[in-house]
Amino acid sequence: MALKGLDIFKLTPKTNCKDCGNPTCMAFSMKVAQGAISADKCPHMSPEALAKLSEATEPPMKTIDVGGHKLGGETVLLRHEKTFVNRNVFSVKLRADMTDEEIDSVLEELKAVDYERINERMYAECVCVECGEDKARAAEVIEKARSSGRVLIVKTRDAELAASAKAALILGADASNWEAMNGAAKTAGSVLGVSGASLAELHDTVEKLEAAGNKNLVLDLGTGDAFKRAVQIRRAALKDGDRTFGYPSVVDTAAIAPGDPVLQSQLAALFVCRYGSVIIMDRMSYAQALPLFGLRQNIFTDPQKPMKVAPGIYPINGAGPDSPCAVTVDFALTYFVVSGELERSGMPVNLCITDAGGYSVLTSWAAGKFSANSISAFFAEQDIENKLTTRTLILPGKVAVLKGEVENKLPGWNVLVAPNEAVQLVKYMRELKI
Amino acid sequence: MSFEPKLRAYTAPVFSVEVGSGERKLTLGGESVQPLCFFDKPDQPAPLIGVEVSDVGFEAEGLPELAAFYEGADTLAARAVKAASLPGASFVCLHFEGADPAGANKSVEDCVAEAKEAVAACPLPVVIAGCKNIEKDTALFTALAEALTGENLLFLSAREEDYKAMGAAVALAYGHKLGAESAVDINLAKQLNVVLTQLGVPSASIVMNLGAAAAGYGFEYVASTLDRVRSAALEQQDGMLRMPVVTIVSAEAWSVKEALVSEEDMPEWGPREQRGIQMEAVTAAACLASGSDAVILRHPVSVEKTAAFIAALM
Repeated sequence: MALKGLDIFKLTPKTNCKDCGNPTCMAFSMKVAQGAISADKCPHMSPEALAKLSEATEPPMKTIDVGGHKLGGETVLLRHEKTFVNRNVFSVKLRADMTDEEIDSVLEELKAVDYERINERMYAECVCVECGEDKARAAEVIEKARSSGRVLIVKTRDAELAASAKAALILGADASNWEAMNGAAKTAGSVLGVSGASLAELHDTVEKLEAAGNKNLVLDLGTGDAFKRAVQIRRAALKDGDRTFGYPSVVDTAAIAPGDPVLQSQLAALFVCRYGSVIIMDRMSYAQALPLFGLRQNIFTDPQKPMKVAPGIYPINGAGPDSPCAVTVDFALTYFVVSGELERSGMPVNLCITDAGGYSVLTSWAAGKFSANSISAFFAEQDIENKLTTRTLILPGKVAVLKGEVENKLPGWNVLVAPNEAVQLVKYMRELKI
Repeated sequence: MSFEPKLRAYTAPVFSVEVGSGERKLTLGGESVQPLCFFDKPDQPAPLIGVEVSDVGFEAEGLPELAAFYEGADTLAARAVKAASLPGASFVCLHFEGADPAGANKSVEDCVAEAKEAVAACPLPVVIAGCKNIEKDTALFTALAEALTGENLLFLSAREEDYKAMGAAVALAYGHKLGAESAVDINLAKQLNVVLTQLGVPSASIVMNLGAAAAGYGFEYVASTLDRVRSAALEQQDGMLRMPVVTIVSAEAWSVKEALVSEEDMPEWGPREQRGIQMEAVTAAACLASGSDAVILRHPVSVEKTAAFIAALM
C-alpha cells in the first residue's frame, strides 16, 4: 500500500538540513508521498529506509518482459478510467504428441497470417510447446518452435527440460515443484509461469518465489474458472493493493475449449477485454486473426488519443490514375467506414486520406484541420496532378460548404459532393457519371 | 496470510424488462454483478441470445451452412420457426429490412401481415427491428404495435428523431417494450432515456440499444460506452442508465469487409462463412464481456457457440 506523508517523515533523519532542496523534512515527505520527487533526493536516508520506500512507491502491477514484449503494468480495471498500457500477446500451441505434418501446418499458418493494419503489425507473437512425457520428442518440437523465430513458451513440469529449453517463458511451476522450476527459470533466464489449485495456493506459491528472489513471474489462470481468477487477481492487485498478485496473466484457451476454434476465439476476445496478458490458442487462422487482432488494436488504444491512419492515396477496387479521387480525414473510424462502403460499391476510386489530426470530418473541419487549404496542400505534397490523370474530386457531404473554396484552390478539377452518410456511398458511386 | 477474494455485488440491480406473453416470456437484465461475473453473487441471470431473421431472406452466396439451415423456409414465419429451434436461442428478431424505401420498399400492410403470421408461429418471444428509415419505421412500428396489441413485443428502436411517435404509439398506446437507440455515447443514451421517461414511458418498458461496431472497427467506443453505462448503473445507481442493454451484433459483423469479401477475391483469407462466423462470435463475446444483456446474432454456429461461451462462464 502507498505510504502517507507522515509514514515517510518517520523514515527521514528529521534534521531539516535542506540538502534535498526542501525547507523541512516534512515538506520533503509530503512531496514524496505525492510522487513529485523521489525519496533518494535526501542524501541522509538510510539504505533500509530507501528500500522500504521504493517498495511502497512501486506500481501496483509489475511490467514483465517476455521475449521483448512488455506485459502487465496496468493501473486501471477499465480502459476509460485512464488507459490500458500493454497490449496482450497471442500464442499458437504445439503439442509434442502432434505429428510433424500437423506441427508444420500450424507454423506455416502462423507465418502466413502476418499483416499490417493501421500502422501496426498483426501477428501471433508466440509459439507455446506443451511438452508431455517424451522428453526427446519434446526437445525436437521445441527446436521446431524456435525455428519459427517467434517468442518461445514451454509448458512443462520437468525442471531439466525447462532449463535446457532456454524459452522466454516457462509454464509449469506450482506449489509442489516451485523450487526446482525456479532454479530452471534462473538458469535459462526465463520468465516463470506459476499455477495453483486455488487462488490461495497460487498466492502462497508466488509469495515463496518472491521470497526466493524471483519477481519475474506470470500467473497461470488455469482452465476451470480462468475468467473468475483473472478478475479476482486483477482486482486484488489494482484495487486492494495486493502486490503478490501484481503480475501479468497467461490463459490457455486451447485447454479450456479443446478442438473448438470459434469458442477459443470467443474466450480470447473475453481475455483481450478483461485481463489476459498471454493468450494461447491452438492455431491462428485468418478467420480468427481478423476479428481478434482488430479487437486487440481497438481495446489497447489510448482513449485520450484518436486512432489515425497514415495520410496518402489508397486505391480501392483496382483504381488507376484515371479513377476519381474521394477525399476524407485520417480518423481511423472514418477511414474504415468510408473505405468499406467504397469497396462495397465495387467502383474504382482513389481514396485520399489527408492529415487532419486524427479527428472526424466535422471536428477537424471545425478545428481548421480539414479545409480547402489542407486539401490543396495535400494534393501538392502527394503530387496528385502528376500521379493521376483524373480531374474529379469527391468531397464528404458533411463539408459541402468547402466546394467553392476547393474549386478555387484546385483549378481544373471537377469538385463533387458525396452524400452525408457513408452508407449512401454505394448508391452514389454506382450512379456517378463522370 | 491466505488469499481471500473480495466479492463485488451491488445493491441496485440493472432493471428487469419482461418481453413476451403467455408461455413465451423472457426477462432482460436484472443482474447485480459486473458483466459475466457470476461468481460474485449466486443466481444471477445469464445474458440472452436472439436470432435475427430477415423478411427478405439472407443472400446465400458463399454461405452454404446458413443457406442449408434455412432451406425451404420461404416465409418470414417459417424462418422464425427455424431460428427458434436453435439451441441457445432465447428470442427471435424479425428484421424488416425489406421495408426500406431505398430497397424493396415493401408496404406497411405486407409487413404487418408477415409479422402477424410470424408472431403466431414462433414459439419464442419476438423482437422487431426496422429498416433504419425514420419515416418508414415510424409508420411500420405504429401499425405493427396496433396489430399485435397484447403480445408485449420489444421494438428496436426509438431514436432521437422519432422517440415521441414511437414512445406514444408503441409503448404507451399499445403496451409494448421499446429499445432506445443512440449513437455509441453514454450521454446521448442517457438523454434518450430521460426524454422517453418524461413522455411517460415507464423505465421497465425501456431497453437500451447503444449501437455496436464489429471487432476492429472502433470497438473501443462500444466497449468503453458499455463499461461506463454498467458502472453508472451499478456503482452510481443512475436510474436513467439502469436499463438492460440489447446489442445487434449481426448487422455490424456481417457488413464488414472481413465477412463480405469472397474467397475468390481473397484466397488467403479462406472461406467467407468461417470469417463471418468468427467476426460475429468474437464481437458478441466482446459485447457480453462489457455488459450487453442480450446479443442478436444471425448465423446458427455463432448462436450455438455464444450459448456455449455463456454456459462456460456460469
